Amino acid sequence: MIRLVFTIIAGVLLGGVVHLVSVLALPRIATQDAYSRLTPMTKENAVTALPLAEPNNAPMPFMDPAFAVAICRYDLSGGPIKLTVPVSQAYTSVSFYTRNEVAYYAINDRSAGRKVIELDLMTEEQHSALPEDEEVTAADRLIIDSPTATGLIVLKALAPEPGLMPQAQASLAASRCTLQTEPTPAKQPEPAAPAPAPAPRGKR
Amino acid sequence: MRLIFITLLALALATAVGLGSTYMTATRGTDLGTLTIGAWTARPKSGTAEVDPYSRALIARSGELPIGTGDGIAFSATSDDKNKPLDGRCDVVVSGVTPAARFWTLTLFDRKGHLVANSLQRYGFTSQEIVRGSDGGFEIRVAARSRAGNWLPTGGIERYALMLRLYDTPVGVATRTQRDAPMPSITTAGCP
Repeated sequence: MIRLVFTIIAGVLLGGVVHLVSVLALPRIATQDAYSRLTPMTKENAVTALPLAEPNNAPMPFMDPAFAVAICRYDLSGGPIKLTVPVSQAYTSVSFYTRNEVAYYAINDRSAGRKVIELDLMTEEQHSALPEDEEVTAADRLIIDSPTATGLIVLKALAPEPGLMPQAQASLAASRCTLQTEPTPAKQPEPAAPAPAPAPRGKR
Repeated sequence: MRLIFITLLALALATAVGLGSTYMTATRGTDLGTLTIGAWTARPKSGTAEVDPYSRALIARSGELPIGTGDGIAFSATSDDKNKPLDGRCDVVVSGVTPAARFWTLTLFDRKGHLVANSLQRYGFTSQEIVRGSDGGFEIRVAARSRAGNWLPTGGIERYALMLRLYDTPVGVATRTQRDAPMPSITTAGCP
């Protein structure tokens, strides 16, 4: 009898361990998470417009039907990414998610304060490899550090009325998400760093 | 022989208890870090990098993308102010005011997060298209059959969820009470 009680207590305690481990492991082993759902329908390091949310055909659950949505699925292993999103008439936002759907950064058109939201996305290693002076002088260049090498950028434009949806979609269609193909400063030899430094600044 | 039996029993119990509780928390969610105002519930931390493991499991399981804090916040309601589950066959009135935000949207989903089909193709309202009273307040009638004013069709489904999303809003992690964020009331006006 005592042995049975002891077995049950041990089982429940062990069950607690199983519970904790499985909760922590779930984001890594989930096969129907947003990233896995979006992978077949999006291009890597390019902007893909998502179809509008409809009752029988929505890419993800709980999507806001008032928004036009586009996705840039990124992989930073080839270099940093430059993102340009023209602001639509009503409301535009850009949200960043890691591979496991942690929303680590989000910005809207008003906090960006311009007609075009321009961002550089890179890993922490790529950021720390940037020449220091450039970071100080280019104060208006917004750099986002991604905690993971892969992830999702979600671009959203609001259509305040259903009739404005084509305009919201058109403004997202003009957005760009491109790999910076020119050699990154990290790969350049140290003495050469001061000379090419003005080049990235001159682009803006 | 007995030892093997007892070990197997303990392991089976551990699996059942552990995976069962994980399934429950990942399907229904926990009260960890939730902000509840009236019938509305939000998880402000889900939109930040400090999201708790239970919310992460919930997000991974459902396949949604949480709304980022710099973007806005999402409140959901599955019952009215008197704690009666929202029933698509009844008339439900959402009225009052919303917290400060540049835009908001109110959307009706079934419990799994799908939009509900209807002939009008109306799945929700935005703050701009809503018809308001002279005092700036609004009243949305959520019902199966057509109603005057702001009618949000339910398609007659039994259980649904309302989601109020605020965009570009001060409401967030620091919000605690109704005074910071006056949410609209939800009342069941009558059932057939």
